[in-house]
Amino acid sequence: MLYRETGQFKTSYSADQAIFPIFQDRMFILGWLIVAFIAVPLMASEYWFQIILIPFLVFSLATLGLNILVGYCGQISLGTGGFMAVGAFSAYKLATNVPELNIIFVILISGLITALVGILFGLPSLRIKGFYLAVATLAAQFFLIWMFNKFGWFVNYSPSGSIAIPPMEIFGVMVTSAKADPVARYYLALGFTVVLALLAKNLVRGPTGRAWMAIRDMDIAAEIIGIKPLATKLKAFAVSSFFIGVAGALYFSAWSGTAESDAFDINLSFNILFMVIIGGLGSVVGSFMGAAFIVLLPIFLTNLFVGELGFSALTAKHLEITIFGALIIFFLAVEPHGLARMWQVTKEKLRIWPFPH
Amino acid sequence: MSAVENPRQISGEVLLNVEDISLSFGGVKAIRGVSFNILKGEIRAIIGPNGAGKTSMLNVINGFYHPQEGKITYKGETRSKMRSHVAAKQGIARTFQNVALFKGMSTLDNLMTGRLLKQREGILQQTVDMLLHAVYLGPAKRQEVVERKVVEEIIDFLEIEAIRKTPVGRLPYGLQKRVELGRAIAMEPELLLLDEPMAGMNLEEKGDMSRFIIDLNDQYGTTIALIEHDMGVVMDLSDRVVVLNYGEKIADGTPNEVSANQDVIDAYLGVS
Ligand SMILES: Nc1ncnc2c1ncn2[C@@H]1O[C@H](COP(=O)(O)OP(=O)(O)OP(=O)(O)O)[C@@H](O)[C@H]1O
Ligand SMILES: [Mg+2]
Repeated sequence: MLYRETGQFKTSYSADQAIFPIFQDRMFILGWLIVAFIAVPLMASEYWFQIILIPFLVFSLATLGLNILVGYCGQISLGTGGFMAVGAFSAYKLATNVPELNIIFVILISGLITALVGILFGLPSLRIKGFYLAVATLAAQFFLIWMFNKFGWFVNYSPSGSIAIPPMEIFGVMVTSAKADPVARYYLALGFTVVLALLAKNLVRGPTGRAWMAIRDMDIAAEIIGIKPLATKLKAFAVSSFFIGVAGALYFSAWSGTAESDAFDINLSFNILFMVIIGGLGSVVGSFMGAAFIVLLPIFLTNLFVGELGFSALTAKHLEITIFGALIIFFLAVEPHGLARMWQVTKEKLRIWPFPH
Repeated sequence: MSAVENPRQISGEVLLNVEDISLSFGGVKAIRGVSFNILKGEIRAIIGPNGAGKTSMLNVINGFYHPQEGKITYKGETRSKMRSHVAAKQGIARTFQNVALFKGMSTLDNLMTGRLLKQREGILQQTVDMLLHAVYLGPAKRQEVVERKVVEEIIDFLEIEAIRKTPVGRLPYGLQKRVELGRAIAMEPELLLLDEPMAGMNLEEKGDMSRFIIDLNDQYGTTIALIEHDMGVVMDLSDRVVVLNYGEKIADGTPNEVSANQDVIDAYLGVS
């Protein structure tokens, strides 16, 4: 009986409606926050920050963004990479053209610009659904990447076509570019990710989230109880794109430091979609699990195949792709609610442990 | 939900009037020139054999189908085409013949969706409200507690406390119908349209559902239009009955008048 609700009686609706009403969940989140904010910076090496931790945060945020659209509102999108590019290129244009703007605002405004682009590409969702919407967002993906490639303005006419983040500070501490300490870049990504995740959690459990899920579960019934389909879907596109745009801005400013538009191609879109599926459609915590899984799996597999078993790098890569595909099929067929659901089931078992009946 | 002063008084005021409604799907004429009205405070039954056009009629009333001909006057206002979310705003709620709940959500959340139409309108207000809910402070938090109280009252009323947090997809059919009624009640409608609320229920469940419908009408003065095949239920519940057959109205009156009508008897026996 490690995890239980019994005995935790709520004496008011507001207590029952707190963000984490169950004591163990509160401790779980608090524990992770302590690890993330205190333990990790003390222990992690530069390799850890660059290969695991910062990309994990960036992808978690992007996954959360996509999950809002796909998992909560039921609108499919294959344009995540393109939207991340909007975030990254907006951050670049802002940072280079308005140098006095603090990096926090650079990132937030980049998110807002992406939200506007998201709304624009979300407009067709009133008329088209499912497969056709996927194709429309795919078109957005290709269009956006083509646009960033085509027009030199987006890269300040740099001949290489790549963008680089200038060194920027928060309270005198350098947080971007190769000159910044990885710990500082990690905190930048962590701060945005944690705050936005909490906001997302509040949104999805409130009226906005209920409207999204109603549209997802049965759009006709949703309209008949007074939910406006277009406004609700556009809110999902806006919020989702905001998150993805911020993730793109962080990808570029806190993680890679430099980028080309091709980094945000269709492969990235699919990768983020896989993180959503493996983590669990319609779950905030699942978004983190999915991102962790897909960031860690290749590292683990490479260590296993190349390090332990002595396979060639190429063979290992092929095996990795195969395993990846198998996992996606497994999750789609067996557990469409992903790791988050598995975690839930485990919690339900713990609730009655050690007496299973 | 607030109880009205003089419950169970049908004033004679017309809440809804449909006039010469015709609706067809390609070649299929689902409704042919049907007229009737619903008085404020009454329980109005719509009956008829399968395919008579009953569900289509409800769909016309709440703006889900747009009739090719005819006029609909609701609360004194005549409208032509109306989206169903606008009808909801104006106080028309409904349940479906085949339960149309949000399967992935709990009972509580399903009922809470019924409160969404109480939200403020307008892009600016909606954006502000969304941000307030994201930080879950001040008015947003208070609003959630207020809505929750309303919904909890309905949960008590329908005796579904035990399934409050259960995902509705896991509930048996009878309970799903009850939750769907709850969601409609949460909208605090003036006109509640029920499409076969007792279909597929056992005797006990039917008894419960009848009780809820009567109480709702009695205590809260909600006007109700219901489609029902069980004649016993229709006799017990309704003030007036309209009978459709092949899309046409063949009778309209009190349950006793209607059940004595020769056309109705013929229609039900399959004589044409
Ligand atoms: N969306 C639609 N498209 C085409 N035909 C339709 C549609 N909706 C209803 N119809 C047709 O209209 C006619 C009336 O259907 P309706 O569902 O209104 O009947 P009903 O009286 O509710 O029947 P039941 O008792 O079986 O529910 C039927 O012939 C039906 O096939
Ligand atoms: Mg019907």
